[in-house]
Amino acid sequence: MNKLIGKFINTNGRVLDLGCGDGSLLAFLKENNQVKGLGLEIDHQKIQKCLQKDVSVIDQDIDSGLSNFQDQSFDAVIMSQSIQALRKPEVALEEIIRIGKEAIISIPNFANWRCRLQLIFGGTMPVSSALPHDWYSTPNIHLCSLKDFEKLCVDHGADILDRQLLSFDGEEKSFMKVAPNLLTEIALYRVKARN
Amino acid sequence: MSNDSLGRVETKCFIHKDSFSLKSGKTLQGFEMVYQTYGELNEAKDNAILICHALSGNHHVAGLSEDNKKGWWDDMVGPNKAFDTNKYFIVGCNNLGGCHGSTGPNSINPENNIAYGSSFPMVTVGDWVKSQDLLRTHLGLPYWYAVVGGSLGGMQALQWSIDFPDLVKKIVVIAAAAKLSAQNIAFNEIARQAILADPNYNSEDKLPKTGLGLARMLGHITYLSDDAMREKFGRDMKKGEVNFSYDVEFEVESYLRYQGESFSNRFDAHTYLLMTKVLDYFDPAESHEGDLAKTLKSVTAKTLLIAFSSDWRFSPERSRELANAFIEAKKDVSFLEIDSPHGHDAFLMPSETYDSAIETFLEKNE
Repeated sequence: MNKLIGKFINTNGRVLDLGCGDGSLLAFLKENNQVKGLGLEIDHQKIQKCLQKDVSVIDQDIDSGLSNFQDQSFDAVIMSQSIQALRKPEVALEEIIRIGKEAIISIPNFANWRCRLQLIFGGTMPVSSALPHDWYSTPNIHLCSLKDFEKLCVDHGADILDRQLLSFDGEEKSFMKVAPNLLTEIALYRVKARN
Repeated sequence: MSNDSLGRVETKCFIHKDSFSLKSGKTLQGFEMVYQTYGELNEAKDNAILICHALSGNHHVAGLSEDNKKGWWDDMVGPNKAFDTNKYFIVGCNNLGGCHGSTGPNSINPENNIAYGSSFPMVTVGDWVKSQDLLRTHLGLPYWYAVVGGSLGGMQALQWSIDFPDLVKKIVVIAAAAKLSAQNIAFNEIARQAILADPNYNSEDKLPKTGLGLARMLGHITYLSDDAMREKFGRDMKKGEVNFSYDVEFEVESYLRYQGESFSNRFDAHTYLLMTKVLDYFDPAESHEGDLAKTLKSVTAKTLLIAFSSDWRFSPERSRELANAFIEAKKDVSFLEIDSPHGHDAFLMPSETYDSAIETFLEKNE
């Protein structure tokens, strides 16, 4: 997944990773794309790991807003599989394309056939490798499908520049193109603000 | 946390013989600056850390003084502690205007051979940083690997990164702010009025201890959080019941009076006045029409900002403002807000998150 995101990131750019976790992606991009990275994270143990990797990190909750970041001040803003865990994904999307010249957003696809089968035949909320939590303890409060996300982009002023269809472990699978909304496990989008 | 101590530490004195001009326009005809060092300077001379003290601190940062007193940051500075003296050469100095050995209001004014007292010239954070740079040269250090401080000490670290970008690689700015708010200045003003209104202020043979004690009592409240005070004292009473008098009745009164009194016996009122003014005047963005991000343009140091959740003297919001200016200036900055019930004083106390953030940040990555 890091490599795939790396392909979308310009060398020497300035990159903001929202929900950067332990800083692995930013450390990778720093090493391979020579970017200047900044991460946002609220988990103090993960912040510690960022500092260990020499990744700059700000202790800030995305849900409490991103108004402290200037317009178009980053070459790329990354949100890796966390938009579905936000209280207001639509506001976050608008903010991301305001701050970043481009944005890279990945989402777990809730309309994947496995999820559909679990719901139809099992009658329970789907649990999978991409979505490993029980319904009551999941941080993923705003799950969506590819179609849903693409409509969100249309409705909130984001142009989709690129889309990659992936398995849950981040492998590109060309067969998914046959029926993306049914087969894709994780989708990676490159978007920017509509002119 | 380690119990390792540095043991007995020695105070040294740096004497600067040339005149030293201050931001106020006044000049000191040379100065003395006392300092302590811990750990060893390595061969490459790239492991020196300056620790700047806050309002009532001094050069005795760690270890035991001659009169067996622990340094003010002994919990965090020493072998295997957050500031590990096995790795770093650490310097603490007493700032100009202080009352612990450096040139200050208690020193003799060479112009008239009497102690300066209230006539000691006003100093600023910028003046301090300039004097600390002379100490750096005196110690033969090519640059500081890091400059660190909490509260007013953090402001010095910030000023270092702005004034001498080539001479500091990393800064840690803890529980500080880019400038004081009206509320901060208001508290300082009451502290000053308490001292200035003491009949013994400027008396030839008596000290304004009552005023200084009052100033400290007020200050002390702002260093603690509401929760910490509730936890520590609640409404506990000294004698268990109300006796309808103005004597000490509540535990919190007893504690504050004790703090005020003991402080007034070990600190100088003129220094206290001066330090509160240094705080009030601190505003590095002033030189850039209040634009902090522009002010930070020249900074090259990697920066770590730390704030504490229950600090209301310099709240986490103030550190966030600082972080945002660093981000706007496209600088290398990290910010951590640590949960702590201890208010502003939390910066003096070790904790797992706090210690390891500092340790990790100081670690060399190159």
